[in-house]
Amino acid sequence: MNNLIWLIPILPLAGFVINGIGRNTLSKGVIGFLGSFLVLVSFGISLAVFLQVKSTGTPINVTIYDWFAIGDFHFQFAFLIDQLSSLMLLIITGVGFLIHLYSVGYMKDDAGFGKFFSYLNLFVFFMLLLVMGSNYVIMFIGWEGVGLCSYLLIGFWYTNPAYADAAKKAFIMNRIGDLGFIFGVFLLIKYFGSTAFADVFSRAGTQPFAAAPYVLITILLFVGAVGKSAQLPLFTWLPDAMAGPTPVSALIHAATMVTAGVYMVARSNILFTLAPVTMHIVAIIGLATAVVAALIALTQTDIKKVLAYSTVSQLGYMFLGLGVGAYTGAFFHVLTHAFFKALLFLGAGSVIHACSGEQDMRNMGGLKGKLRITFITMLVGTLAISGIPPFAGFFSKDEILAHVFAASPAMYAIGVLTAMFTSFYMFRLLYLTFYGKFRGTHEQEHHLHESPPNMTVPLIVLAILSLVGGFIGIPESLGGHHWLAQYLAPVFQKSAALFTGSTLSGSTEITLMAVSVTGAIVALVYAYMKYVKNGHVPVADTAKRSPLASLSYHKFYFDEIYDTLIRKPLDWLSEFAYNYIEKLGIDGIVNGFGKGSMDASRGLRLLQSGNVGFYIFMMVVGIVSILMYLVIKF
Amino acid sequence: MKTLNDSIQAIPLNHYILLCSIIFSIGVIGVLVRRNAIVIFMSIELMLNSVNLLLTAFSVYRGDATGQVFVFFIMALAAAEVAVGLAIIVMIYRNTNSIDINVLNRLKW
Repeated sequence: MNNLIWLIPILPLAGFVINGIGRNTLSKGVIGFLGSFLVLVSFGISLAVFLQVKSTGTPINVTIYDWFAIGDFHFQFAFLIDQLSSLMLLIITGVGFLIHLYSVGYMKDDAGFGKFFSYLNLFVFFMLLLVMGSNYVIMFIGWEGVGLCSYLLIGFWYTNPAYADAAKKAFIMNRIGDLGFIFGVFLLIKYFGSTAFADVFSRAGTQPFAAAPYVLITILLFVGAVGKSAQLPLFTWLPDAMAGPTPVSALIHAATMVTAGVYMVARSNILFTLAPVTMHIVAIIGLATAVVAALIALTQTDIKKVLAYSTVSQLGYMFLGLGVGAYTGAFFHVLTHAFFKALLFLGAGSVIHACSGEQDMRNMGGLKGKLRITFITMLVGTLAISGIPPFAGFFSKDEILAHVFAASPAMYAIGVLTAMFTSFYMFRLLYLTFYGKFRGTHEQEHHLHESPPNMTVPLIVLAILSLVGGFIGIPESLGGHHWLAQYLAPVFQKSAALFTGSTLSGSTEITLMAVSVTGAIVALVYAYMKYVKNGHVPVADTAKRSPLASLSYHKFYFDEIYDTLIRKPLDWLSEFAYNYIEKLGIDGIVNGFGKGSMDASRGLRLLQSGNVGFYIFMMVVGIVSILMYLVIKF
Repeated sequence: MKTLNDSIQAIPLNHYILLCSIIFSIGVIGVLVRRNAIVIFMSIELMLNSVNLLLTAFSVYRGDATGQVFVFFIMALAAAEVAVGLAIIVMIYRNTNSIDINVLNRLKW
């Protein structure tokens, strides 16, 4: 089995190469089949690897080759498949495959079909590399690669300038984070002399140096995670990433990319545990992101924007969990979130597909009867994200919240409030889209149709996963064994030994669950009263809003603030450099030479009178003066 | 018998230099003051030949034939130059119906 591991990332790469070269010559059927099938094979191998890790309980280490050596520093291109990465592999290839399958139907009329599939495969390849790498440098290759692919896919319809801008924004925001990540890796080499996970983690805690390097390293790594996983203050790229085709949103938000930050922190858990200061920062930023994104999502009217902010908010939860030391819980949430968020995005894609490209929920409504499968699967996804038992989101979210309560009840209160917001805006989305009367044009109404089977099958599979996905982590307080926690225990072993926080009793845990479920149901009912009973529809863009609603609707003016604080001064600086340094300075000197010689020649040419006698006279004068000079000289 | 060299050396070198300088100056003045292209041309020949004469004189006085070989080269060159120069003058005449150099004032930028 071990000698097949390298195939897991290579197959999507092969798909990228073949589809990339044959994007204009191969038929759409071949491209779609190849793109999806290769990922499916990867999934098959991943499953086999997962089963092996599960039965043996030991990580698999595969060294592909010695990449380079600098002095004594040997750098190996090696893969590490342990409990953590084997699960990630399943998510990436499994959910990734479903998204590929869905894209075959969703993108069938797009001219860039081949290009799209080659990018998707490349995306999966880089994400697999990120997860499988056995050291930080290989992780960094994947880290950069997914950034590149997100740029390519967000700007897939690059002829629209707004979409191209969104792609650039995603790329630049990611770069800011990547800088932190790479500095973190440099410091790791400086302090640990290695980037391999095995070396770093075994030396962590036994090194003679104080806590400061840990804080510095983890903060830098966390900056990378903030960029990649769209946390405050670098989250604005994720909602804009909606510019890409909907399957891309699903891929970025669920299976790949944004989970990279969480994965990286979970992977480096021992470093973070040794740096309590960073842990506090992670928790606070996670919580702030969760609240702010949820508040923004409350008033958005674009169906994909709501989902985008919900992703940001859920990622905030994950980091909140990481910050309080609930590594298993955070990773559990990554897992369940991958299911229900992919489901919700693909469902939204199905809705958009049915409504002839309409994305504004104000022009939807009453789709319940027309899109039966989409409606039921979306309902499952909504229930899952809202944390209603027994759907997947309930278990993971409540595990995080329970740990948060143990760390800080105040944070818990905000977390539950955010969960209520989540429930409200998700049901608001559901009610606005599927209930009431259709509010679009007659033409759109005429075209309403359920999506083809290759789009609905992924929805159904994901819905089932969203329904049962939580059962792998039933807490002991509910009579389960928390299989996931046991499975992941070796990865978090060292951190668990250092964990100093208090643990909750079973009854407290059940009370906390009851609180958050009640909160979610209250929010659900409120949304029902407002949007179904009273038939409320969000007002038009231009309508006057209350100050708070306006703040939320305009995304807390984050874009505007960044515009004023960063873009404007930069623009001003480049304007200054262009007008004064470039135009006056450099151009001035260069043009000065040209202009000077032109002026000089203009003056000198007047000497050429055309009078031959004068020329001869001057010639004689010249010769005589040369002679005179020679005579005087000697 | 008195050789050619002896008879040339009978006259002091200063006289040759003086003569050549005078002829050269006549040539220079002729070039400067006359407007007829042919006369200017002849003045140039005058300057050229004064230099030839001087070269020959020095050559004889020093008993070194190099100077005279040079003179032959210069004469051959002068013949070629005359051919070109006269051709130019003929063309000027055809174009302007005159060989007055002041008529030829379009030779400018």
